[in-house]
Amino acid sequence: MRALLLTILVVLAGPSLAAIDAYEFKDEQTESRFQELTAELRCPKCQNNNIADSNSPIASDLRREVYRMVQSGASDEEVIDFMVTRYGEFVLYRPRVNEMTWLLWYGPFVLLAIGLIVVVVIAKRRKRSAEPGADSSGLSQSERERLNKLLEQDKK
Amino acid sequence: MIPELGEYALIISLCLSVLLGTIPLVGASTGNGLWCGYARPLSVALFSFVLFSFLCLGWSFLQNDFSVAYVANNSNSALPWYYRLSAVWGGHEGSLLLWLLILAGWTVAVALKSRNLPDDILARVLAVMGLIATGFILFVLFTSSPFERLLPRIPEDGADLNPLLQDFGLIVHPPMLYMGYVGFSVAFAFAIAALLSGQLDAAWARWSRPWTSVAWAFLTLGIALGSWWAYYELGWGGWWFWDPVENASLMPWLIGTALVHSLAVTEKRGVFKSWTVLLAIFAFSLSLLGTFLVRSGVLTSVHAFASDPDRGFFILALLAVTIGGSLLLYAFKASEVKSESSFGLFSRESFLLINNVLLTVICAMVLLGTLYPLLIDALNLGKLSVGPPYFNALFIPLSLLLALSLGVGTLMRWKQTEGGSLAAQIWLPGLFATVLAGICIVMLPSLPGFYTSIALLMAWWIVFTGCRDLLNRVRHKSNPLAAALSQPRAYYGMMLAHGGVAVLIVGAALVSTYSEQSDLRMEPGDRKSFADYEFVFDGIQHVEGPNFTSDKGVIRVLYKGEPYTELHPEKRLYTARGNVMTEAAIDPGLFRDLYVALGEPLGGDAWAVRVQYKPFVRWLWLGGLLMTAGGILAAMDLRYRRQAQRELARSESMG
Amino acid sequence: MMRRALVFLPLAIFLGLGFFLWRGLSIDPTELPSARLNDPFPAFELPSLTEPNKTLTPDDLKGEVALVNVWATWCPTCKEEHAFLNRLQREGITIYGINYKDEPVKAREWLKRYLDPYRSVVLDEEGLLGLDLGVYGAPETYVIDAQGVIRYRHVGAVDSQVWEQLKTVMEQVEAGSNG
Repeated sequence: MRALLLTILVVLAGPSLAAIDAYEFKDEQTESRFQELTAELRCPKCQNNNIADSNSPIASDLRREVYRMVQSGASDEEVIDFMVTRYGEFVLYRPRVNEMTWLLWYGPFVLLAIGLIVVVVIAKRRKRSAEPGADSSGLSQSERERLNKLLEQDKK
Repeated sequence: MIPELGEYALIISLCLSVLLGTIPLVGASTGNGLWCGYARPLSVALFSFVLFSFLCLGWSFLQNDFSVAYVANNSNSALPWYYRLSAVWGGHEGSLLLWLLILAGWTVAVALKSRNLPDDILARVLAVMGLIATGFILFVLFTSSPFERLLPRIPEDGADLNPLLQDFGLIVHPPMLYMGYVGFSVAFAFAIAALLSGQLDAAWARWSRPWTSVAWAFLTLGIALGSWWAYYELGWGGWWFWDPVENASLMPWLIGTALVHSLAVTEKRGVFKSWTVLLAIFAFSLSLLGTFLVRSGVLTSVHAFASDPDRGFFILALLAVTIGGSLLLYAFKASEVKSESSFGLFSRESFLLINNVLLTVICAMVLLGTLYPLLIDALNLGKLSVGPPYFNALFIPLSLLLALSLGVGTLMRWKQTEGGSLAAQIWLPGLFATVLAGICIVMLPSLPGFYTSIALLMAWWIVFTGCRDLLNRVRHKSNPLAAALSQPRAYYGMMLAHGGVAVLIVGAALVSTYSEQSDLRMEPGDRKSFADYEFVFDGIQHVEGPNFTSDKGVIRVLYKGEPYTELHPEKRLYTARGNVMTEAAIDPGLFRDLYVALGEPLGGDAWAVRVQYKPFVRWLWLGGLLMTAGGILAAMDLRYRRQAQRELARSESMG
Repeated sequence: MMRRALVFLPLAIFLGLGFFLWRGLSIDPTELPSARLNDPFPAFELPSLTEPNKTLTPDDLKGEVALVNVWATWCPTCKEEHAFLNRLQREGITIYGINYKDEPVKAREWLKRYLDPYRSVVLDEEGLLGLDLGVYGAPETYVIDAQGVIRYRHVGAVDSQVWEQLKTVMEQVEAGSNG
């Protein structure tokens, strides 16, 4: 029971405070790069926060490190590599495209293609089967009557 | 005493739900009218006892009965009475009881409102809902009773409701969301009843359509409220985080949207019958899956309930029985279903099917992204995260495709549209949309990116294809204006909902592209400008609240150099749990929000301050409200009532 | 025929999904393995906590299979596990300490009061070594081999249950380097 209570407290205490630090940037481009990078890196300790939003000590350390790196002219890739060598792929909210994530990145588009092909096939087949005789639907007489009754109510 | 009564009422509800889940079902399959007739009174009784149980818990909260563990964990004597009431659903156990109450509520609504349904169908529908209720009452009683006592050591005061939840948003957001989630159980029950009876025809689509529209409207409203609440309460100024909990609500919404459209085709044209049944099963299954994800701890989320594997196993078993059972039933029954009308590729049917495919693909994408870390972990391939950058990268193009096909579908006719007439229909709205989107783009402060431009184009596309469709309906009438005003409510509902989509797209595109944000160190007198606004920091005041103390910032806002307003962001310390909370100060407006949040003191009089300028952010929720209104309007269509009256009259004349 | 098979597809997908959800219940999503696994100990040149004039480098951690414990006086769990670390030291286990983002005066005081189980303690006031190691919360305990390569990481307190796990890893590493 105590353990359960603790979890409740930990879970709920997490996001209650927005993290705001007052860094000064050499130019606006650096500031927006900092905002983008910290928004795409996941805080390793928190529930499900990026390091920009989390107010945990580790997130604030990582923000400081990102700030130091962008301010001294490091590229986005350098910052990301720096984080991944230390904390693993886990910190990337944008998973890298590789064998492990092909399903993730391309799966939905494959599914979409399959879906569209199915629509085309169904429409073609429906049209063809309809041409020889309109009444090839295989409905029983009672079903058809019931349906017609319903559809007629619409028209009234 | 009161909590025990609540628990007993729940046990009686269990017995009632078991009876409701069996007797009418047996009655319907054996043709025993008397047994079918038990469905209605049993539903009423079930609802009464669940309501009583819920009221008992509410009473315990109002009375500050801290001997009840759930009350002690989620309330405090210093809490105002309205938060004590909403705290009933502030934690896992109570929110599950609310879930149950709403399920019983929908059951009784179906029982009382569906006098026109054949008895055997109604019996089956109510029985299925009774079976669902049985599963959830068992879940509450065995793993999550809110009535458990802390005896003999009664705490002197409660641990307080999480300050994040002490807010108007929490009072309204969960009930609305659950109304939607659980509302899909009605469509589910109708689908199962249709499968069981073997009468899978246009009739069941007609019966379940208004229920589905209402549930969908509630879910839309619930999601919009949740987004709004996260926006002003979390202090980050974000409105959608792609957190697993949010995704859990988005998935049933996507499938529900597909279902609403598919039901329309099934009812009107008698096609896609087995697909519609499948969607009805999916919509509710995804609601259940969401419940599992949020309450089992398999995924990390910013706002999950306390996780407990035992509960996880129980819900998983519940899922296996409900979803597995219904899909098995589907597999055996659906292959016999045949469609009875034909349509061509360029027809409204086809485009509604394409819209269904897109919605299903988006839902599959959200599901895949949400569960991918779990999949990889379960296969021992390591740990990875899937977050907003992934979801945005896929969601944006897919949803813009959906908007495109929405417009085309609106202009299609049923059965077949000739290529020539389609082109004639499309070119004018397309031209208007392009011109107006172009004008908007030129008026924007800076040149937008590709997706933002396309989004603006699609918003206008939806608007103008809608106008064109309305024009088609009325222009051959003798009095076009009267004809426009006398369209069925369902049609206006559709227009309203589609308009909501356009508004939502504009809001999402503009707030994502043109928001400005700065985190600053501000001393009294410091200034910061965004667009035409200038923010002046005037220092901090100390304020005492009922159950918190607060540092309140004073920020003066100037508009074009003239005094405009004053904003008061706060940092509160809630004394019972020692939680620190930021209360952002927002100046809302139809075209922009000004958003200020207070950070840490930085020594001396200096404070960290976050200042944000959020153009068109209100349009997101405005769009949501329009969609909700559309759904409700569609469900109120007169023909449902006329049909009800007609059938009532018929049954009376026959009886 | 095709249709007969297709209608079973949703059920099949659901069953597959259900399997993963069931597996998910026994996985802790918050537990992270070290990204530094099987890497040499990251380079550092930092003073020793106990002998402030001495500078420590990764070479000072080499020689035998050992534990490296990241701790701080501000961390309550570190206090919980401290007695257990003392016991391990008495049993002859080599433990190095990394004093992480802490005040050296307080840290020395702590070692005086609760005894010092460490062979030597690296003073990481800025937390930069911690950052290079991928530390995300004290206490953390690493198993390193004789060449100073990281073989295992545990996040959280070390108690007798965790020790069983660490011990197995240490024995495996020992056997591996001998064989």
